[in-house]
Amino acid sequence: MLLEIDNVTLAYGRIQALHGISLTVGQGEVVALIGANGAGKSTTMRAISGLRPVSQGTIRFDGQDITKLRADLRVIRGVSQSPEGRGIFPGMTVRDNLEMGAYTRRNRSEIDEDLDRAFTLFPRLKEREKQPGGTLSGGEQQMLAVGRALMSRPKLLLLDEPSMGLAPMLIQQIFDIIVEINQQGTTVLLVEQNAQQALSRAHRAYVLETGRIVKEGTGAELLHDPAVKDAYLGVA
Amino acid sequence: MDFSGLIDNFGPLTVTGLAQGAIIALFALGYTLVYGVLRLINFAHSEVFLMGTYACLIVWGFFGLDQNSAAPGVGGMLLYLVIGLVVAIIASGVTALAVELVAYRPLRRRNAPPLAFLITAIGASLFISELTGVLTHRNQRGVPPIIQAKPLFTIGDTTVTNLQLLIILLALVMMFALDRFINGSRLGRGIRAVSQNPDSAALMGVNKSRVIALVFLLGGLMAGIAAVMYDLKIGVTRYDAGFLLGIDAFAAAVLGGIGNLRGALLGGLLLGVLQNYAAGLFGSQWLHAASFVLLVVILLFRPTGLLGESLGRARA
Repeated sequence: MLLEIDNVTLAYGRIQALHGISLTVGQGEVVALIGANGAGKSTTMRAISGLRPVSQGTIRFDGQDITKLRADLRVIRGVSQSPEGRGIFPGMTVRDNLEMGAYTRRNRSEIDEDLDRAFTLFPRLKEREKQPGGTLSGGEQQMLAVGRALMSRPKLLLLDEPSMGLAPMLIQQIFDIIVEINQQGTTVLLVEQNAQQALSRAHRAYVLETGRIVKEGTGAELLHDPAVKDAYLGVA
Repeated sequence: MDFSGLIDNFGPLTVTGLAQGAIIALFALGYTLVYGVLRLINFAHSEVFLMGTYACLIVWGFFGLDQNSAAPGVGGMLLYLVIGLVVAIIASGVTALAVELVAYRPLRRRNAPPLAFLITAIGASLFISELTGVLTHRNQRGVPPIIQAKPLFTIGDTTVTNLQLLIILLALVMMFALDRFINGSRLGRGIRAVSQNPDSAALMGVNKSRVIALVFLLGGLMAGIAAVMYDLKIGVTRYDAGFLLGIDAFAAAVLGGIGNLRGALLGGLLLGVLQNYAAGLFGSQWLHAASFVLLVVILLFRPTGLLGESLGRARA
């Protein structure tokens, strides 16, 4: 297993956000986390990337315990996150934002290769290369956040709501790109409100409710699960 | 009001103001750099500067130089200047780092509220300045004549001295170098990333603590240079020298747009020049009062300062 989360609890002050979450992500998988607002999806992502310290439980990545490791050191191990709300650097150009994604790397020719790859995946970013990130539209910022997260050549790519705020056509496109990234060899853990898309594209998925995992299965299984359909797919 | 006092001396007042402003600008960079990444006014930065004003005097003292020494020749002048600069830069840089490590970092670890940082900043500032006051018996200390101000050239009826030119050029060169570093290097990009979005910066693999330490260090280096220039220009230093000039420097940073490096340069030069015009117009006792009235007026029309805030513009 590339990522193993065992019984993780996490609190914001007195508010318990995660009540003992356990999940795994295997090498080469696309795994989705679905659930309503406030279920703890983004919190789970922050625990994995290290932005939030966990109260209890362990997080193992690539066979190593990273529970106490600082966020910036997890990037070097191969964890990369496109955060909720995109988190781009508004005052930096699109190119500098992408360069920031490669901050931990030194090999210039490899970085240039990956810049080309990002611009191939997202041609819009190439057009906007010299523009400050803050001037991009929401969809373009989303592409920038995903492109930037890829620039560290992660083993595990964490995507928090990559479809948020996107037009329906762009949603298709971003999921196509996620599948493409995965086929190029990157393992993906994905948080999504758009359960339909997430479940139809993911190998496996977990359903989160109020800080607990209530269901897990393959994407197809959950897509046809009556309870999931009822709660998250908007069809009875 | 003495308009003829301003008009007759317009050239000399401008040059004096630019030299004064260049020192203020270098000093102001420390406030602006730290504010850019931490949203903290590091009041102890005035003592970072203070340590620089003493450090070069102490090392010049090792060479047997004091205020009564004869001026050295050109070779000696350059040698002493370089040694003084290096030592002051080290002293100010180390002081800045020490303040960060001893005073601020422990608070950050404990997630202290902003008010705790503010009072700690004031405390650190008072502590260092008062300790210096006690150790020097609150006496001022004279500066050896490393560089004797001599007229270098004249434009119209305005003479520019070698010292004025040195101060202005050195400030511009340092500003340019710092600007290149922040905007053109990988580490500089890391600094801008932390200032624009600290969480995202961590997700890019930026070590936030290291960036913060670097920013304190850079501010310290600039203050060290300002300190040597101050010594040579004013001729004496005292335990409260940092406090007095620090108010000007802080005001300059705000005037230019705190968080903005070029704003610090603009604010510093402008404040220095305006102070000297005010002195020409109303007499030198009005120097500070007049310049601060102007500061308030400018901020009424541009609350974020002349160049706004760009190091951490529009934090996402």
